Amino acid sequence: MTENLIEFNNISKFFGKVIALKDVTMKLKKGEIMCLLGDNGAGKSTLIKTLAGVHKPDEGEIVIEGKKTVFDSPKDALDMGIGTVYQDLALVPLMSVTRNFFMGREPLKGPPFLKTFDIEKANQIAAERMGQIGIDVRDPSQAVGTMSGGERQCLAISRAIYFGAKVLVLDEPTSALGVHQASMVLKYVVKAASQGLAVILITHNVHHAYPVGNSFTVLNRGKSLGTFNKKDISREELLGMMAGGEELDKLEVELEEMNRINN
Amino acid sequence: MSDKAKSIASKKTSGQDERLKEVSKLRLLLNRPELGAVGGAILVFIFFGIVAGDTGMFSAYGTLNFLDVSANLGIIAIAAAMLMIGGEFDLSIGSMIGFAGICIAIPAIYWGWPLWVSIIFAFAMAILVGYFNGILVVRTGLPSFIVTLAMLFILRGATLAITRLITGRTQVPGLRVLIENDPIAWMFATDTFKWLFTWLGSMNLIALRTDGTPLATGIPPSVIWFIAATLFATWILMKTRYGNWIFASGGDKNGATNVGVPVGRVKISLFIGTAVAATIFATIQVLDAGSADTMRGNLKELEAIAAAVVGGCLLTGGYGSAIGAAFGALIFGTVSMGIFYTDVDTDWFKVFLGAMMLIAVVFNNYIRKRVTETK
Repeated sequence: MTENLIEFNNISKFFGKVIALKDVTMKLKKGEIMCLLGDNGAGKSTLIKTLAGVHKPDEGEIVIEGKKTVFDSPKDALDMGIGTVYQDLALVPLMSVTRNFFMGREPLKGPPFLKTFDIEKANQIAAERMGQIGIDVRDPSQAVGTMSGGERQCLAISRAIYFGAKVLVLDEPTSALGVHQASMVLKYVVKAASQGLAVILITHNVHHAYPVGNSFTVLNRGKSLGTFNKKDISREELLGMMAGGEELDKLEVELEEMNRINN
Repeated sequence: MSDKAKSIASKKTSGQDERLKEVSKLRLLLNRPELGAVGGAILVFIFFGIVAGDTGMFSAYGTLNFLDVSANLGIIAIAAAMLMIGGEFDLSIGSMIGFAGICIAIPAIYWGWPLWVSIIFAFAMAILVGYFNGILVVRTGLPSFIVTLAMLFILRGATLAITRLITGRTQVPGLRVLIENDPIAWMFATDTFKWLFTWLGSMNLIALRTDGTPLATGIPPSVIWFIAATLFATWILMKTRYGNWIFASGGDKNGATNVGVPVGRVKISLFIGTAVAATIFATIQVLDAGSADTMRGNLKELEAIAAAVVGGCLLTGGYGSAIGAAFGALIFGTVSMGIFYTDVDTDWFKVFLGAMMLIAVVFNNYIRKRVTETK
């Protein structure tokens, strides 16, 4: 058994009287993909923001590589190697691939006080990195707005990895994508994990999560229903555990009922 | 686009990616924000070349005249463009011009300050006003349109009230005598390249006065400031980290914040930029006229924004260029002066200004759709 890269032990978060998260525990090793499943309002967003250092947990502890850690700011989390890719991707469509890739962390060259943005180097790195994921940016100075949704997602992930993420937190990376685009993103996620990153994949789509995940944590109304290894649980059982599962069962029954009446 | 990127792009053309063929040079050019303004300027010059080519509009004197007007507008238009790229407006530019003018004139004339101290005082006040605008917008999250509209009234009102209180009038004359031997004023009041014009005059290449000195005596300071401002702003936008932050702050405030761009600081500095540009404008004009007027700069904020928009800046931020704004200003300056050389009634100038802006906005909107279109 190798050491856990990151542990979240009994994390709770309250907003006034509202219990957003209660006793959520997650453990991840290098190379592992954990899927965090939950319906709307299950506390996924709060958990992501806690992971990213936006919220401080009210209870519980975060342990990274064996060391207990407190994130005071999103920057702290970044410095500790937590790379969060939000749903909005933090990409500016009107800006070029390169300018987006290095946004906020531009490589510099030149003498002190007259340092300039080293665009050549940045272009080269951006094209190279995108090439590695099999995205042919025909021209790194093209606007991100010209890229497909899947490509944008991959760009955001690639950027997080380039800037030293050890743990990737992906917020609904496939929610707005078609089947082809989604599988492209998921393939890249698996590849990233195989290179030694730990990935936390937040989604409400079991069909996207199940093929790539090693383990699954199900959130429901702020509480963890537990973490399951892939071999211990089926796709249908996972679906059933999410709040949507019961709903879907009910829907199915109702539809049958309607059919019966109509016939 | 860098050479490397070009080489990558061209390599791909010869290589496997057949989709690249659609991206012709024309298309790449079409995606530049300043294209519209450069094209517009060329059209304007062709137009006046035809209708006013023999009227002296394009003589040395005439050219310097419309360049001076363009340059004055350009100085504030470039700052306004940078702020617009950063996602905000400044409607207080015009009022700041009036305010800066009396900040120079009253201390220099009524309080006996040396002129250079008054000029520095005006710039200090500009930084203060810009900072105040910026911090209000950033802290409150209110639209800059509203915040700076309020500042438009406050500054103009304060300018009028303070001037009348201290001087009993709305104009402060008598500055011209102070310019000589001042350690700073020359930067805003000296024509340059005089030797060139003297030489051109002696060669009888440009028009002379009856006493034999050339009619056009040198490049006015506004033009030098204008060129310097264009180069400086372009360098910042294209070549520095701060420039990337400006695009990012205007393009997507939340995204930029999430990746560590100090959006608030960027915006505040851009507001300081517009106020400082307004003060440069004011200093040049006050020293040129020898007097400050409380109404100076009236409506200039709208002309500056119009020039920036014609120059390709999107009203929503994140896109535009300083060169575009410079050409936008050149168009307005050329037309506003050139119209005197034609048979057209000058009353039509504002009609042209409005029509130009409409065309520019429609064109820019089309460009933005092209740039962000998903393939």
